[in-house]
Amino acid sequence: MAGIPVHEWTLLDAARAVREREVSSRELTRALLERIDRMNPRINAYITILPEQAMRDAAARDEELAAGGARGPLHGVPVALKDIFCTKGIRTTCGSRILHDFDPPYDATVTGKIREAGAVLLGKQNMDEFAMGSSTETSWFGPARNPWAADRIPGGSSGGTAAAVAAGTCFAGVGTDTGGSIRQPASLCGVVGVKPTYGRVSRYGMIAFASSLDQGGPIARTVPDAAVVLGVIAGPDRRDSTSVDVPVPDYLAATGRSVKGMRVGLPREYFAGGLDASVRTAVEKALEALVSLGAEGVEISLPHTEYALSTYYIIGPAEASSNLARYDGVRYGYRSEGAKGLIEMMSRTRGEAFGAEVKRRIMIGTYALSAGYYEAYYGKAQKVRTLLRQDFQEAFAGVDVILTPTAPTPAFRIGEKVDDPLTMYLSDIYTIPCNLAGIPGISVPCGMSPDGLPIGAQLLGRHFDEEAILAAAAAIEREIPLPRVAPEEG
Amino acid sequence: MAITREEVLHVARLARLALSSDEADRMREQLGDILAYIRQLDRLDTSEVVPTSHAVETGTPYRDDSVHPFGEKEEILKNAPDREDDFFRVPRIIED
Repeated sequence: MAGIPVHEWTLLDAARAVREREVSSRELTRALLERIDRMNPRINAYITILPEQAMRDAAARDEELAAGGARGPLHGVPVALKDIFCTKGIRTTCGSRILHDFDPPYDATVTGKIREAGAVLLGKQNMDEFAMGSSTETSWFGPARNPWAADRIPGGSSGGTAAAVAAGTCFAGVGTDTGGSIRQPASLCGVVGVKPTYGRVSRYGMIAFASSLDQGGPIARTVPDAAVVLGVIAGPDRRDSTSVDVPVPDYLAATGRSVKGMRVGLPREYFAGGLDASVRTAVEKALEALVSLGAEGVEISLPHTEYALSTYYIIGPAEASSNLARYDGVRYGYRSEGAKGLIEMMSRTRGEAFGAEVKRRIMIGTYALSAGYYEAYYGKAQKVRTLLRQDFQEAFAGVDVILTPTAPTPAFRIGEKVDDPLTMYLSDIYTIPCNLAGIPGISVPCGMSPDGLPIGAQLLGRHFDEEAILAAAAAIEREIPLPRVAPEEG
Repeated sequence: MAITREEVLHVARLARLALSSDEADRMREQLGDILAYIRQLDRLDTSEVVPTSHAVETGTPYRDDSVHPFGEKEEILKNAPDREDDFFRVPRIIED
């Protein structure tokens, strides 16, 4: 790795270099903290940076190694978390004013697993408020920016994490994905993002948005890097009864698997109107790459695709309106002062400390669950969700993975869609069905637009078959080499 | 799908969400648009379809009925906007 600046190393190279004591965790951590100092004023990817704590942790990891013990595959490697994962004693805001000063009394399971694997936590990353958004513009802490073009959005809601990874300010991060919030920003920032099967990663201590859809997963610069982090955070957890007890395979090994003979489904509904020409071309290149390695493209149909967005915009807000009822100014977070009674205090607290998008979704959800409307909205959406699941079940009877664009366009400009919720919602049109069906998905870079903006391809797999999508994504990554660290002055 | 200002205010009350007059107007317009869009689902006949509440069927998980004390009461209470001893303090509950 001589001559390559530290911030451009892969996570795997960094982990190996620490393990073999070619470099210390302190040196790595110091280099990335300096990188954050240089890049973060431009991209606003971090809400909280932890310089002292990270250097202390790095020193402890170095001592452990000198004493002969590595904790795990991330030993001494600096990473970061979306600010939705609870971190004991470290402010966790979820991008909201209502949690601007919340110090969790415990670690999320993901936080604990990252630490047990030996990682050093650099900070907490910017996000759309309560993960509701596709651009990271709804954050109370200001919008994050795309490191490839600072006048553009990095995607969302895990936009801070994707921007931070693309800017070389951490070796990997963990985000969350309810309707595309890992894959869409990964696509727009030119990095890799995995939304695991629902139940693969524990949701304990991960602040809830829509409980039947939310799932945590890695964002990294290469598919093998993402695979390693996924292996660390996956697995059952007694504190999340929806986490599933199925064996966690060797994901890194899966990235080296051949795709020869793999059947790759191409859903015609995903290549219809509204798809940017440069995105279509790039995804076709990704297919060509797989075919050149012996995979076979198969045209398929997912006939209920056009109903996915509506279904999502009932189920997501309905679950959110219930989950966000806990923010009432009583036990933690912001409280409006001067109210005369309890109900007034709660209503004013929520009115003052939630942003416009969160309020919109609470209103849609409350409406859809209210007396007289429940069957027409929530009940209906749950039934259409069954049809969407069946679409995938039938498709996977004939194919191993499904290839689609991740997002309909490259990154749009900051402010372009912020006042037009329906148009903003359309940027998740290709990622939402995966969450409704509970299947795993990955976004992998597959090209650049004429303006030099990254484009991602999405691969979808069967329940608990992350290995197939990792193998296909890794093959695309090897065949289509692209820069993974954004230029300094993008 | 039109929604009235009264409906907006009713839903906001149910959600314990204080809205300014401007917010209520904007919400009426935007909610109307969004609800009109999502009513496209009415085009689908779902009379024979079983609803999905869980996308990944795994059965009911069982565990021992044992206590795991959290043990850090002070860590919880220190986040309270207002407290008295080991209690959360709130404005009066029964209003005049």
